[in-house]
Amino acid sequence: MPSLKDLKNRIASVKSTRKITKAMQMVAAAKLRRAQDAAEAARPYSERFNAVMASLAASVGGSDTAPRLLAGTGSDQVQLLIVMTAERGLCGGFNSSIVKLARQKANELKAAGKTVKILTVGKKGREQLKRDLGDLMIGHVDLSEVKRIGYDNAQAIAKDVLARFDAGEFDVATIFYAQFQSVISQIPTAQQIIPAQFEATAEETGPLYDYEPSEEAILADLLPRGVATQIFAALLENGASEQGARMSAMDNATRNAGDMIDQLTIEFNRSRQAVITNELIEIISGAEAL
Amino acid sequence: MADMVQFDLVCPERSLASGKASEVLIPGAEGELTAGPGHEPMLTTLRPGFLRAELEGGAQDFVVTHGFVEVSAESVSVIAERAFAAADVARPDLEAILEEARDRMEQAAEDEERHGLERFVADLVHLIDQMD
Repeated sequence: MPSLKDLKNRIASVKSTRKITKAMQMVAAAKLRRAQDAAEAARPYSERFNAVMASLAASVGGSDTAPRLLAGTGSDQVQLLIVMTAERGLCGGFNSSIVKLARQKANELKAAGKTVKILTVGKKGREQLKRDLGDLMIGHVDLSEVKRIGYDNAQAIAKDVLARFDAGEFDVATIFYAQFQSVISQIPTAQQIIPAQFEATAEETGPLYDYEPSEEAILADLLPRGVATQIFAALLENGASEQGARMSAMDNATRNAGDMIDQLTIEFNRSRQAVITNELIEIISGAEAL
Repeated sequence: MADMVQFDLVCPERSLASGKASEVLIPGAEGELTAGPGHEPMLTTLRPGFLRAELEGGAQDFVVTHGFVEVSAESVSVIAERAFAAADVARPDLEAILEEARDRMEQAAEDEERHGLERFVADLVHLIDQMD
């Protein structure tokens, strides 16, 4: 049975842990607000961009001259998985769920005889994948120094990916990230970015446009930017998801710490009571013996 | 209103401007153009330059770099990779972009890419000159 002093120390330590998790929860809540705002602010751009791309792709896509970023290399042998996770832990199952999805996909592809290459964004994903898929990794993007994800970060990643594509290092690229649903739910998602895929907009092609320069030239100009746009959108989603996951994880931790403190306090009081009772018995029996 | 178009300027990080405009002067890839109500629907890429929108509250100037514009009879949507309100833009920002473009130009392997960048650099230099 732990002594009173031990119990007291434990209660004090759990209390300070609770303070920390509480503070982390509040910080995550504030960051979540910002991340959500950023994701919201970026939405018009990516929506319009994708709408235009989809209509362009629909009209040019069928022709033989379609750019490789849209039509693909004609093979799907070498697959690049871009796994985007957080730079920090303590955010519940956020990193693990993305990694799990990516690992599952990697194993599926390997079983189908494809070559898999992995590019990680964010430290946590790399750490988790290094153990069993470390030999497939071809690169890592470190965003730990970045305070606020900007379009520049996405552009840098896209540039790297596009350079590898041009060098013929892979045929198909897929990004893995978590889509923000709510504070308690983030959905790990896989999305193919090269060759580009667009949701078929049902016959709603809008007015016929005059293109300046030609349709093909515009498409060729925009496709690489589309990769950056999609990566940017995914990074922002991921940012919001991470903070949401951390917020609910820390909320749970705070509540658990509270429960633990209650339990320990009861135990502490009982022990103290027992000690007092013991002392009384000793005093009484001592007095009786006289 | 029939004599106004819905003008939107969005860049990746936020939506910069939105409102009714009577006409918009756009630095298109193949020359400047002015889009107003009832314009032919068209899609064009941008070259770096000044974009002026005659909004209800008065004219507003923006500096845009890469991107494209979607023009229809009722709306003008500018989707720019980098855009600033002209009042906020500082020369050092543009000079940083210019520097970056010059670096890329020197590294560019393919002629086509280099030509594109050369034009971009020339446009930027022109743009910076205009600011003085």
